[in-house]
Amino acid sequence: MTQLALVIDLNVCVGCHACVTSCKEWNTSGWAGPMVDQRPYDADPMGTFFNRVQTFEVGEFPNTETVHFPKSCLHCEEPPCVPVCPTGASYKREDNGVVLVDYDKCIGCKYCSWACPYGVRELDGMQKVMKKCTLCIDRITDESKPESERKPACVLACPTSARLFGDVHDPDSEVSVMIREEGGFQLMPEWGTQPSNHYLPRRKTRIQIFEDELERVDNPLDKEHPLPAATGDTLDDVTF
Amino acid sequence: MLNPVAFNDGEVGRVEVKNTTCYMCACRCGIRVTLRDGEVRHIEGNPEHPLNQGVICAKGASGIMKQYSPARLTKPLLRRPNARRGESDFEPISWERAFEIMEERLSHLRETDPKKFAIFTGRDQMQALTGMFAKQFGTPNYAAHGGFCSVNMAAGMIYTIGGSFWEFGGPDLDRAKLFVMIGTAEDHHSNPMKIALSKFKRRGGRFISINPVRTGYSAIADEWVPIRPGTDGALFLAIIHELISQGLYDREFLVNYTNAAELIDLDESSDDYGMFIRTSKPVEEGCFDPQNKLWWDRKTNGPVNVRCEGCDPFLLGEYEVDGKPVKTAFQLLKERVDEYTPEWAEGITGIPADTIRRLAHEMGVTARDQKIELPIQWTDVWGREHQSVKGGPVAFHAMRGLAAHSNGFQTIRAMSVLMSLLNTIDTPGGFRHKAPFPRPIPPCPKPPNSADDVQPNTPLNGMPLGWPADPNDLFVDDDGEALRLDKAFSWEYPLSVHGLMHNAITNAWRGDRYKIDTLLLFMANMAWNSSMNTDKVREMLTDTDEEGEYRIPFIIVCDAFQSETVAFADLVLPDTTYLERHDAMSMLDRPISEFDGPVDSVRIPVLPPKGDCKPFQDVLVELGSRLKLPAFVNEDGSRKFRDYPDFIVNFETSPGSGIGFLSGWRGKGGEKFLKGEPNPRQWEMYAKNNCVFHYELPKSYQYMRNWNKGYLEWARAHGMTRYAEPINVHIYSEVLQKFRLAAQGRRPGRQPPERLRKRLAMYMDPLPFYHETLESNLVDTREFPLNAVTQRPMAMYHSWDSQNAWLRQIHTYNYLYMSPRLGEAQGFDDGDWVWVESPHGKVRCMARFSESVEPGTVWTWNAIGKAAGAWGLSPKANESQKGFLLNHVISEELPPCEAGEHMSNSDPVTGQAAWYDVRVKVYKADENGPQQSFPQFKPQRRVPGQDGRRGRWQAYFAGMFRRKFGID
Repeated sequence: MTQLALVIDLNVCVGCHACVTSCKEWNTSGWAGPMVDQRPYDADPMGTFFNRVQTFEVGEFPNTETVHFPKSCLHCEEPPCVPVCPTGASYKREDNGVVLVDYDKCIGCKYCSWACPYGVRELDGMQKVMKKCTLCIDRITDESKPESERKPACVLACPTSARLFGDVHDPDSEVSVMIREEGGFQLMPEWGTQPSNHYLPRRKTRIQIFEDELERVDNPLDKEHPLPAATGDTLDDVTF
Repeated sequence: MLNPVAFNDGEVGRVEVKNTTCYMCACRCGIRVTLRDGEVRHIEGNPEHPLNQGVICAKGASGIMKQYSPARLTKPLLRRPNARRGESDFEPISWERAFEIMEERLSHLRETDPKKFAIFTGRDQMQALTGMFAKQFGTPNYAAHGGFCSVNMAAGMIYTIGGSFWEFGGPDLDRAKLFVMIGTAEDHHSNPMKIALSKFKRRGGRFISINPVRTGYSAIADEWVPIRPGTDGALFLAIIHELISQGLYDREFLVNYTNAAELIDLDESSDDYGMFIRTSKPVEEGCFDPQNKLWWDRKTNGPVNVRCEGCDPFLLGEYEVDGKPVKTAFQLLKERVDEYTPEWAEGITGIPADTIRRLAHEMGVTARDQKIELPIQWTDVWGREHQSVKGGPVAFHAMRGLAAHSNGFQTIRAMSVLMSLLNTIDTPGGFRHKAPFPRPIPPCPKPPNSADDVQPNTPLNGMPLGWPADPNDLFVDDDGEALRLDKAFSWEYPLSVHGLMHNAITNAWRGDRYKIDTLLLFMANMAWNSSMNTDKVREMLTDTDEEGEYRIPFIIVCDAFQSETVAFADLVLPDTTYLERHDAMSMLDRPISEFDGPVDSVRIPVLPPKGDCKPFQDVLVELGSRLKLPAFVNEDGSRKFRDYPDFIVNFETSPGSGIGFLSGWRGKGGEKFLKGEPNPRQWEMYAKNNCVFHYELPKSYQYMRNWNKGYLEWARAHGMTRYAEPINVHIYSEVLQKFRLAAQGRRPGRQPPERLRKRLAMYMDPLPFYHETLESNLVDTREFPLNAVTQRPMAMYHSWDSQNAWLRQIHTYNYLYMSPRLGEAQGFDDGDWVWVESPHGKVRCMARFSESVEPGTVWTWNAIGKAAGAWGLSPKANESQKGFLLNHVISEELPPCEAGEHMSNSDPVTGQAAWYDVRVKVYKADENGPQQSFPQFKPQRRVPGQDGRRGRWQAYFAGMFRRKFGID
């Protein structure tokens, strides 16, 4: 069975928020829209976003890592948000594994957001229904679009291509290869939710300079000294 | 709900798709805009565009919220007769009335004293047009934002290697092995940098970030090297010290392509002290950098003409030529850096000496042992054929962190010299130029150089902005004092090639040099984040003289949005957004060229202008025609261009030159490029080609362009450069030495005022050196022990995006970031209100502890804080109540010193605004005091023509939005 998902490479994510707004831009006028903004031009603006970037620091100066961490629905294989839904509004598609909400059935009771250990569901305060990442379901299944564009908006937007999209059940897909070979990991696997989205860790490149690399016969400084002319005696002068 | 698989977005409403160019920052990515029933459905990156290759950033993807922002101005406005300036009390007027007002005022100024009209522009992308308008008008008082942005970067690099970072060149991360990013504030370049950085890291390249702060790009660096602000020059010089002492420099490159081996006259009694020894060999006519200089040959142990057949010079040494003591430039550099040891630099930069040494070794060994050699044949300007191009794969990128200090010019000179030692100038894996660069050192255009160059009813004799090569190119009067309002190109800041916009208002207010009449500001938020000393500048804008007249009599502001500056206008001109207008990102200005060849691009409207908005370019064409500026009218005085699109197609730099604003599809049928007759269908052809023209040079013209005969001749033939002469790297700058000699009284001709001699002799040093920032020498650094800097968030461009409902949710207000140790010492906690105080003023803000900042530095995001009521926001918005602007504690002028009472707080060479020099202390604010940022200003009123309040909820759904919210 197909399980579509994102693989997010923390090694190249610079925290630019392109995924955040490109998501909002696509989805607010799409199948899952609108994505409303409360107090848009006033104090404490607060709107619906399917995808947010959190930034945190690890370690103490000067050994500090700054981590940008994009977070959205992980489209769990065992989504805890689905069984708790009293109306069946929260569901997981069988054809591609995407977890969705049917707004017509949603009563805004928030059980699903309490059940979700990742905090990725957002209640639309105006429409009083729960909203969340759809993996741009209306884009990725739109056959009128060329295949290269049948990807979530965040994936197409991401300037560092930190977001990869594909079927994590297909062992030969790009996402499966990256998870396998680049140390892909899940968030809080101990909850048994089997999140489909994975993250790739930071990888460091170092250079080692050996001492003898600083001493070379072709050191250009040698060209700056005229060859010393012989002064005084040489063996030539004194040996038979 | 409908099954999403059955849902077809393209069937909701009437769909149109149009290409244009983004303008949510200065990057200029290609975008594809989809409209639904005439409203923006979404904006995507154009996959066929060379710059962004389909990606888009947070700002670009939020263009919808800019288009429909309630901050938009929609009508020309005139300050009501009895209203005070600054109170936003306007009446709407017609464009015809606005033009009449401007025509009457400006034609009088042009007939009497053109310099009384000053035009300063912000982060626009039309300096070719605005600069031309100023020149045609006849005023020297024109500049764009460069002087307060990164002119040190442009000048420091262009005066050394003939090109610079960002628009004019950059790191070749496709082939680099080691990438050193130092002093970037996260903007410049945006998407292209992100794309390249990701590929570079995935290929296993090593990325070192040197920065006081670890955010954004630095977050993914393999190594972060925290450095104290303003000390980058010390680091570079120590690295140069280590490279030279280890022999880790590229001798072949230095000998052949720089002036390192050339002999310098050190005869103390000579007028030419410190100048290159010149032979009697005749100088080629029109040559900008004559090569009649000498080497000291290793084989014959004597002087020889540079680059003579079979010669091999010493790089080091002191000799005698005709009885004069001489040294090579490289010898002088070596002597200069002798004292700049890693241990010395440790004490200044805070970087351990071992780390500095290791950085030098990583750079030197990578450049030497991983040298890239591409099998590309090329011929150099001396006719020598090469079978390959070679380069050290060590790439650098730097920007405002180096530039925005008063020692920035010499710091950037040091960086350019370092890049040259490693053979990374226009080489694979190093620094690569972008057309029209490289250009001569310095480039040819010159500013006017005497008061006579400004005459009534006459275009300015000279360019408003140019590239001085010696004191004769300064724009000063007989006393050696400035003739420009901002004092650019004077002895105070001789190489201020982008002007000093940050001093224009203060000088105009004071009448320093002279009083002006009309100040036109385009897209420049001078009453807020674009000015230092902001609250005083706001007072100057409203200050009156003894007769009750405003000291700056008339202010015209053109902007698309209700910025803080709009409140201070007498006349407001509503500009369009980027989605509503034509634009040319011209080869005459700052095009979007790639390493492989020239690229320029356009904007084509995808939406009609809102209300009465008019593109500023059309305003200039209209004004130019009404004022009968020569370039805008025919010989009989009749109007030459219908509007801006017509101007772009038909304007030529001189009649028949074939050079215009756009380089693609020239010639009658669009068959020519770069040079060719006007093509009436040029816009259509751009539209059909993703709004971009890209000429890919043959491979053999893509590298070593400073010396590449094929490239230079091609560039000359296509009108990109005047000369096909070598552009050798100025390790030693004779240009600077000329100014220094004048200051020392050792050079005949123009002399600086006495008060400036010492300053010029010190800072116009022909070799890079380190000095503390000017302000540090003039204030008590024990009382103000901290450095305060700003970073540019990737999701906001300067002040532009608080009006944007989506982006402002990412950065609603800003904190002052600092080490927790600072809070511990001062007795405050994370999140507490604190005062940040400099010798010039203080600001109340909230503290945020961070381990990602050098402990002597505090920083904040730039321009998130706003004045209450501006930018279409409620006066209660967080931006004004919790956000703050650091500018209030930064002065535009130095404390009085030997050089003068009112010297700019700027680099003494270039006039670059020294934003990051400010010294501060931070302490806890009264817990019982207001929980609000300080200073506060009386809330700015909305102006006629702005949309009404949107209310508590805003739900954007393309095709229904304007109808639902009752927006025109």
